[in-house]
Amino acid sequence: MEYTLLILLLPLVSFFVLGLLGTRLKPCVAGWIGTLVLAVLTLVAYVTAWEYFSMPRVEGVYATLVPLNFEWLHFTQNLHLDLGILLDPISVMMLVVITTVSLMVHIYSMGYMNGERGFQRYYAFLSLFSFSMLGLVVATNIFQMYIFWELVGVSSYLLIGFYYTKPEAIAASKKAFIVTRFADLGFLIGILVLSFYTKTFSFDLLTSGDSSIFAGAAGSTFLGASVISWAMALIFIGGAGKSAMFPLHIWLPDAMEGPTPVSALIHAATMVVAGVYLVARLFPVYYFEAPDVLVAIAVIGAFTSLYAAVVACVQTDIKRVLAFSTISQIGFMMVALGVSGMEGHEGLGYMASMFHLFTHAMFKALLFLGAGAIIHAVHSNEMDRMGGLRKQLPVTHLTFLIACLAIAGIPPFSGFFSKDEILSAAFMFSPWIGWTMSVIAGLTAFYMFRLYYNIFWGKPAVHEHEPHEAPVNMTLPLVVLAAITCVAGFIPFGHFVTADGLVYDIHLNWTVAGTSIVIACVGIAIATVLYMKGTNPVPTRLAERFKGFYTAAYHRFYLDELWLFVTKRIIFGYISRPLAWFDRHVVDGAMNGMALVTQKVSWAIRGLQSGQVQQYAFIFLLGTLIIVLLLLYV
Amino acid sequence: MDYSNFLYMREELSLVAVMVILLLYDLFAPERSQRRFQLVACILFGVHTVLNLFPHEEATAFGGMYVYRPMLTVLKSILNVGVLIVFLQAHAWLESEKAVIRRGEFYFLTLSTLLGMYFMMSAGDFLLFFIGLETASIPMAALVAFDKYKHKSAEAGAKYILSAVFASALSLYGISLLYGTTGSLYFDEVAAGITGSPLQIMAFVFFIVGMCFKISLVPFHLWTADVYEGAPTNVTSYLSVISKGSAVFVLMVILMKVFGNILTEWRGMLYGVIVLTITVANVFAIRQKNLKRFLAFSSISQAGYLMLGVISANALGMTSLVYYVLVYMVSNLGAFGVISVIEQKTGKVTMDDYNGLYKTHPYLSLVMTLSLFSLAGIPPFAGFFSKFFIFAAAASEGYYILVLIALLNTIISLYYYLLVVKAMFINPSESPIAPFRSDNYTRVSLVACCAGIVLLGILSVVYQQISLFSFGM
Repeated sequence: MEYTLLILLLPLVSFFVLGLLGTRLKPCVAGWIGTLVLAVLTLVAYVTAWEYFSMPRVEGVYATLVPLNFEWLHFTQNLHLDLGILLDPISVMMLVVITTVSLMVHIYSMGYMNGERGFQRYYAFLSLFSFSMLGLVVATNIFQMYIFWELVGVSSYLLIGFYYTKPEAIAASKKAFIVTRFADLGFLIGILVLSFYTKTFSFDLLTSGDSSIFAGAAGSTFLGASVISWAMALIFIGGAGKSAMFPLHIWLPDAMEGPTPVSALIHAATMVVAGVYLVARLFPVYYFEAPDVLVAIAVIGAFTSLYAAVVACVQTDIKRVLAFSTISQIGFMMVALGVSGMEGHEGLGYMASMFHLFTHAMFKALLFLGAGAIIHAVHSNEMDRMGGLRKQLPVTHLTFLIACLAIAGIPPFSGFFSKDEILSAAFMFSPWIGWTMSVIAGLTAFYMFRLYYNIFWGKPAVHEHEPHEAPVNMTLPLVVLAAITCVAGFIPFGHFVTADGLVYDIHLNWTVAGTSIVIACVGIAIATVLYMKGTNPVPTRLAERFKGFYTAAYHRFYLDELWLFVTKRIIFGYISRPLAWFDRHVVDGAMNGMALVTQKVSWAIRGLQSGQVQQYAFIFLLGTLIIVLLLLYV
Repeated sequence: MDYSNFLYMREELSLVAVMVILLLYDLFAPERSQRRFQLVACILFGVHTVLNLFPHEEATAFGGMYVYRPMLTVLKSILNVGVLIVFLQAHAWLESEKAVIRRGEFYFLTLSTLLGMYFMMSAGDFLLFFIGLETASIPMAALVAFDKYKHKSAEAGAKYILSAVFASALSLYGISLLYGTTGSLYFDEVAAGITGSPLQIMAFVFFIVGMCFKISLVPFHLWTADVYEGAPTNVTSYLSVISKGSAVFVLMVILMKVFGNILTEWRGMLYGVIVLTITVANVFAIRQKNLKRFLAFSSISQAGYLMLGVISANALGMTSLVYYVLVYMVSNLGAFGVISVIEQKTGKVTMDDYNGLYKTHPYLSLVMTLSLFSLAGIPPFAGFFSKFFIFAAAASEGYYILVLIALLNTIISLYYYLLVVKAMFINPSESPIAPFRSDNYTRVSLVACCAGIVLLGILSVVYQQISLFSFGM
């Protein structure tokens, strides 16, 4: 399957072509090049998936293939950096998810970004992102993953700051880059610690289940935990940064300053789940070598999920609601991984997490693209500028509703199936986590329908221009994604991706499923009562009654302010400033002194270079004799 | 006599063939074909380079006079590529009115010196070595004085030949003393006879300063600045890269093979020479306003860094030395290429003339900047990696202080390299160098240099391939 190299080559070539030609291309030509390349790429990804999953299983498991691998830097026998392509069920699934969503976003952007300055640059960056993200998922070793991980971060930075004349966009892009980069420091240290003890970067060796490669770390502990636990925890910090886990989530809501299709692609469907993918990729290591970290992941996931759901209930900017909803749903995936076991029914959580990643990518991209169509129509992100739009935007309305039902967990939409598996796995692990997650599921239904009613029902806002439906290149992706959302739940996902690789038949646990449907319905019902007409005074009264809590939630519990306090006041004030003083006075002083001395000497000895060849010969001979004497007598 | 011995000398033979063809072409080709002389020369030499790209098995010919090792192919190929780049850059100069009539001589003389270096590198005996050394030196003096109608060029030629004769005489004296004490001129037999007696030490020093002269190490460097400044720019670049690269390599081989018994002595000597070379050259470089003089001192200090590979006297040192020569070659030729084309078109060579160059010649400024960054050793350019490896080689033998001194000197060198960059990009100028079109030969050569500067460091394959050959040297 060497043709999989195309998966990396195509977007890279497209990036260089679009980036180097730039404005010499007509905008529509650039758009078409980007979109066509993506279409071919999607085709290649589908063919890869088809061929991969139609291979016969070996001992009931899909083999891990490495069609390409080349040694990039060779240091020692053990230590070498490879670049290659690794195909296994989860990477193939990710290929399908990324190319599908990316293709939809490429098509959609032709309409949404039409007439923007820097249209060509936009498509160049999209290609760069696709290249980096695909390189990340097919990485054969953890170092290659790290390289592409950073590349993804860069392309995200470039795209968030796409409207570089807007100060908010610049600030948001810097924030996203710095916060995730800070987390990546943990990732890098984790990689170094892990590879120091295991002497390998390769995923194949690390996840083979062979515990002998961890023998080097046996007995090594640090502050009471084994070094492998430390390494895996540090690696998880990297994942938590990219996947916006509490308390590193602060960059994601701000990242909504980027163009909306970018939010759909990067900050809903693909890059933000990189952390989940990372944990899934290293799942055997977590499960066998660092089970304590796995529990921590479950707890952090659950807390993040709850926090984000509460905050999402009171936001008024529709993209921010969706951003917090994304954080909350990624929390679900993390919980599922954290509570998962390895074999058979035990490994339900792993399967559920990947399943939810898949379905969530589709319906969340749909929600964002729908939000884009709405913003396109009313030129605002604020809910109170909307209302009653269901007549003007019929296609957007219908597809948005489908996505809302899916995320709320109403059958037969895809979200129901994947979320139900997560809840089952959570209940299996501990009723506490199970009930927490069920409550969050109810909250999800509530805030999503609050959003839905505020946009499409209630009092129509006054608009300068009559809002109208988006053009067909924007509605087509909506329809496609809605169709996927309707049927994706019936994919026998357990036949493709499971923790141990063996076939697992999904069967609904009706106690859990029934409860979650009831909870979701209650959430929707409350939202209907409160927001459908748009005239119910209860929400305002509730907000006034619990003013403190409401304001705190509206300000995301002041976490951004806390981070600012820590960085600006403490780090800048007490660490950076003394260092700057040291640099300016001591380091620069030494350098200036050295320069001064050199200049002085340079003038003092210029007489030696007189231009007279007889003097040259004299010095030549003198030098020779001095060396002879020194060698003989010293 | 077994004539099949000649077959081992295939590099030398093919070079001689190129020289003879070019000589005949220059003399007898009809007027119409003369116009294509330079193209033919470049193509012929290119063919020679490609033919000799692949190493064959080790061999010894003529009873040990001539020794072939695969590493020599690596080094000769590197030099060939360098010479090819010099030829490309010299094209415009040799088409100019005053030089066109003598361009055949330029190629013949250049290739003669190259032949001399080939013999010098392949020698297994002091006699062949000395013949090679002289074959490389004497035509060089003619090349330096090539623009003989110019006072400076003629003066430089005279200075070069006087200094070179002086150095050769000392070397020859050293060799004769070695012969007197060991009774042989073959490297192997001399090596066995070296006991470290005072006479031999003296002989060694006399011999080695001749090599130090070629490499222009302090205090045997004084000719360098005057000659570099006076010689035609393309000759200067040839002198600074090709001649120096081959000499450093030979020096390392001889020091390791022949003088292995007095390792501590020559290491001690080199230690002092390296410190002096790097420091003095840097200190002088700071004040230079003429770019050719400036690069002369820069190349002296680079030679000091090269000697770090020699002093380590192990396989790592050999690898990093050859790698350094390669990287230094592309970087220096890049810088000289720019200077040469600007001098050719406008006659300007001082740093002040380069003020505001970026405005009128963005590409040339870029090439110059890349080259200087690489010479200064700024990552990610190749110069960083070559410095890194050569420092690693010296440190592996415990020369920490020496490496520290070299490191401090790279900081100083950064200052003067950046002076040029500052002139091009930041300093304002009322009359910057007017825009002109550079010829295609120069462009090709500059693109090749830039590709080398950017890629040689990143493609680890290059270094690994060199290291494969360096064992057993």
